[in-house]
Amino acid sequence: MSKKKAVIRSDMTRAQWTWNEMKKNKVAYLMVAPYMLLFTLFTAIPVLLSLGVSFTDFNMLQMPNFIFFDNYIRLFLDDDIFLIACKNTLIFAVIVGPASYLMSLMVAWFINELPPKIRAVVTLVFYAPSISGQVYLIWGTLFSGDAYGWVNGTLLNLGLISSPIQWFQDADYIMPLCIVVALWTSLGTSFLSFIAGLQGIVRAMFEAGAVDGIKSRWQELWYITLPSMKPQLMFGAVLSITGAFGFGGVVTALCGFPSVDYAAHTITHHLDDYGGARFETGYASAISMVLFIIQVGANKLIVKLLSKVGN
Amino acid sequence: MAKKLRVRGHKVVLNRSAGGDTGITIVLALLGVFMFLPMVYVVMQSLKPLDELWMFPPRFFVRNPTFKNYRDLFSLMDTSWVPFSRYIFNTVFVAVAGTFGHLFLASIAAYAMAKIKFPGGNAMFRFVRISLMFQSTVSGITSFILMTMLGWVDTYWALIVPAWCSTLGLYLMRQFMQTNVADSVLESARLDGASELRTFWTIAMPMVKPAWLTLIIYSFQGLWNQGASVYIHSEQLKSFNYAIGQIMAGGIKRAGAGAASTVIMMLVPIAVFVISQSNIIETMGSSGMKD
Repeated sequence: MSKKKAVIRSDMTRAQWTWNEMKKNKVAYLMVAPYMLLFTLFTAIPVLLSLGVSFTDFNMLQMPNFIFFDNYIRLFLDDDIFLIACKNTLIFAVIVGPASYLMSLMVAWFINELPPKIRAVVTLVFYAPSISGQVYLIWGTLFSGDAYGWVNGTLLNLGLISSPIQWFQDADYIMPLCIVVALWTSLGTSFLSFIAGLQGIVRAMFEAGAVDGIKSRWQELWYITLPSMKPQLMFGAVLSITGAFGFGGVVTALCGFPSVDYAAHTITHHLDDYGGARFETGYASAISMVLFIIQVGANKLIVKLLSKVGN
Repeated sequence: MAKKLRVRGHKVVLNRSAGGDTGITIVLALLGVFMFLPMVYVVMQSLKPLDELWMFPPRFFVRNPTFKNYRDLFSLMDTSWVPFSRYIFNTVFVAVAGTFGHLFLASIAAYAMAKIKFPGGNAMFRFVRISLMFQSTVSGITSFILMTMLGWVDTYWALIVPAWCSTLGLYLMRQFMQTNVADSVLESARLDGASELRTFWTIAMPMVKPAWLTLIIYSFQGLWNQGASVYIHSEQLKSFNYAIGQIMAGGIKRAGAGAASTVIMMLVPIAVFVISQSNIIETMGSSGMKD
């Protein structure tokens, strides 16, 4: 990270100094240029444009009118389903976010202790559910609503229930089941980055730690391992946030859209509904801005929490 | 002071109690069963003949395993309007070109952002990171207009170039450059007169090998699983996943072929995963950095 320059240069202004630094580091600009150019074109401009659109009534047919904060006011005061979506999203995020994060971290740490050959196999076992786009649909087969679903069939056969349960159509079961499926698929990219991060820690650090009086693996984890992989921890946290708050695709695939009584309706669903089906682009942009702000807030909170690691 | 030393295999390990080892193994095994059983069920379903798929009470394990579902899947593939190999080629081409372009562009930018101090470097990185929190649903319209202006609609470019500037890869590489690449090593290379590009390629990149192998795994897998795209109209350019989805849309009688297709779709990403993971372990073993 950049350190504050302690020396105050009196022979040049700040602008001059910056200009000199820029000239000196021409090569750095050349290195970031291809990526940043494409990033600006395909990500930054669309994001900034939709910020602008969120203050209009754009509907893809008529010329947009500037309506200030009307979309945002409508969201919070005049859209009951949005409030349900917020509640569900928060429940998902509060449970799935931290649980998936800690699970990824702990499993990665446990796996790192195994001998290399076994390590690769065990990593695959845990990562496999995230490897294919639609493999989670198997939960739909396991918990199928008819008697041929494995769970219903087994429960019926044991006499525990008298008629099949419509697992993904019953407001009581939707949320817990979707949370289980979300956790099942949660050992994804952040999990892999934790494993890769753990492998980068130099063994001498642990030996030095042992000499300095570290007495158990837990102390070693807290005082050496975690502090040496803080950038990876941050990376995983951002992924957990976007994964937990952006949750929706799994619900749609398993329960259909909309879910019964909006029992698992999340902000992402609301966004897809208005942006993709009703073409109320202005309103949809406002929804995505709200989601964006919530995530940035969550990110701030996590940065604070992670700064306590190792203390 | 006597340190507790334990021997695992032929290695002496520090700070590892036998009780802790046992506890961790049990937790790992239980979680592993939860993760793995549904995967076993996927394979079981794909091997079940039709009467076992619709049997009451349903069984977890297959009784008379058959490859009929796979044969059905392949014969259904034969009836497609565009030869199926074309869909496979499209997906492989997009996945490979997208992944390697992304790896290269993101790594070189990440190196500059993490290891060269230049005005605006940190600001750029922050902007990229914060954009990760943005759901792309609403920017779809802007992107479509952009693709139209570039004349890329209905070409491979519309699929490949956005993959090059995906945000996650830059973030991942930047984080690993920060931890795994020591400034002192770079300094001495610069003093020896190596250019930044050379330092990046010959010194920094080998040090972050676990990171770029991770990037290859998830980027490839994301592109491999891509379904229908709004930018592609021609049947000749559509993806493998899309074509498989068309087969599965056939309903109950295709349940078996559907299960088989899930297994087939998984095989390639698993192969990529196994190859790159074994590579990570090899590097660590030979570099002398660890064990």
